[in-house]
Amino acid sequence: MSEGIDEELRSKLQQQGVWVTSMQELYNWGRKNSIWPLQFGLACCAIEMIATAASRYDIARFGGEVFRPSPRQADLMIVAGTVTKKMAPQIVRLYNQMADPKYVIAMGACAISGGPFKQGYNVLKGIDRYIPVDVYIPGCPPRPEALLHAFMELQRKIDEQKLGGADKAAHLDPDQPSEFPVPAFGKHDLEPSANPDVFHPPKLERV
Amino acid sequence: MESLEQIKVRIEAAMSGANIEIVQNASPSQQHSLKIDNEHAFDVAKWLHDDPALRLDFCSNVTGVDWLDRTLKKTVKVKKVVDGEEKEVTETIEEKIPGYLEAVYHLYSMTHKHGPVIIRMRTADRIQDAGLPSLTPIWRSAEFQEREIFDLYGVRFDGHPDLRRILMWDEFEDHPMRKDYGEPDDYEYEPTPHDDVLEKAKGHYASRPVEEELKPS
Repeated sequence: MSEGIDEELRSKLQQQGVWVTSMQELYNWGRKNSIWPLQFGLACCAIEMIATAASRYDIARFGGEVFRPSPRQADLMIVAGTVTKKMAPQIVRLYNQMADPKYVIAMGACAISGGPFKQGYNVLKGIDRYIPVDVYIPGCPPRPEALLHAFMELQRKIDEQKLGGADKAAHLDPDQPSEFPVPAFGKHDLEPSANPDVFHPPKLERV
Repeated sequence: MESLEQIKVRIEAAMSGANIEIVQNASPSQQHSLKIDNEHAFDVAKWLHDDPALRLDFCSNVTGVDWLDRTLKKTVKVKKVVDGEEKEVTETIEEKIPGYLEAVYHLYSMTHKHGPVIIRMRTADRIQDAGLPSLTPIWRSAEFQEREIFDLYGVRFDGHPDLRRILMWDEFEDHPMRKDYGEPDDYEYEPTPHDDVLEKAKGHYASRPVEEELKPS
């Protein structure tokens, strides 16, 4: 809700046909209802993502049907599937090529942590090692309803973003990075194996 | 289709010096195979492909096997003279078999609709880039699979038209399917570790201060 407006007054004005809003609310309302995802899939989660975009689940109801084949036109990256170590640099590069504001949904167990392939030598243990993730959806693969839920969570998140002030949205803060270093193919692993500025695994206390 | 023994005899008749060995498979599948020596491998494979009775014109699968150094224990009955008397004594002999890498080809015939005939080749040892002759010039379908063996096991196929890594990136130096492969340590965050993962995750646990450890929990 817009700050500085008395809710009661606002509601009374609305009854009289006067609609009062704020720049921030209008801006976020427009953004959250036209999230264009980047059109790419990595594994079986992509099939669920396609189902979500098709008529039965219809992501168009939330304004997300415009899958863009170019990162320059996309707002949202849905990491749908296993990220292999060979693929990870390309994912980070695509993320860097997207224009701000940009968001990431990590779809399914693999994109979150490596999932059933976590102990494989060739699988990245979660895309959040290199790029910031906004919404995580568990599942293997998550059902289309789960992806829609993640999409609605992202809309809520966008709705709460501030245009100004100390806690303004990251894309409006010039000090916040919008690009992240692309990992290089090393002799034994990706180098670095995680970006310490992005990846903060919780410290586990063990007895 | 003729038996492996018959094929072996015919190969040895057609090619002098070819050293063919039948490798027994004790599993229920009973899929025995022919081990062919590296020197004659290409000619033997060509013969298997061209022989009118066999016509093994389709190579359906090529795979690698890694064999580490191992010791075989055998119990052998030996006659020995004990206290002036000849007795039969059982002795265990340890036989050391040095490790090697293996390439296995499954061959079928489209013409005669028979198969599979399984052939194997073994490298001399497990060093980096151990060499084997490539059979890609005979069966084109072996091209990608030999590249896969080169990538994951580190077998160099001499005569392969385009020997590059196929799955891992070009800068990668290890061979992940070898049994002594050590994977990179990226086990920083393991919420539910167990078995091998637990051992690896322990290396990342924050060491707690000593005085805290002394406190009763």
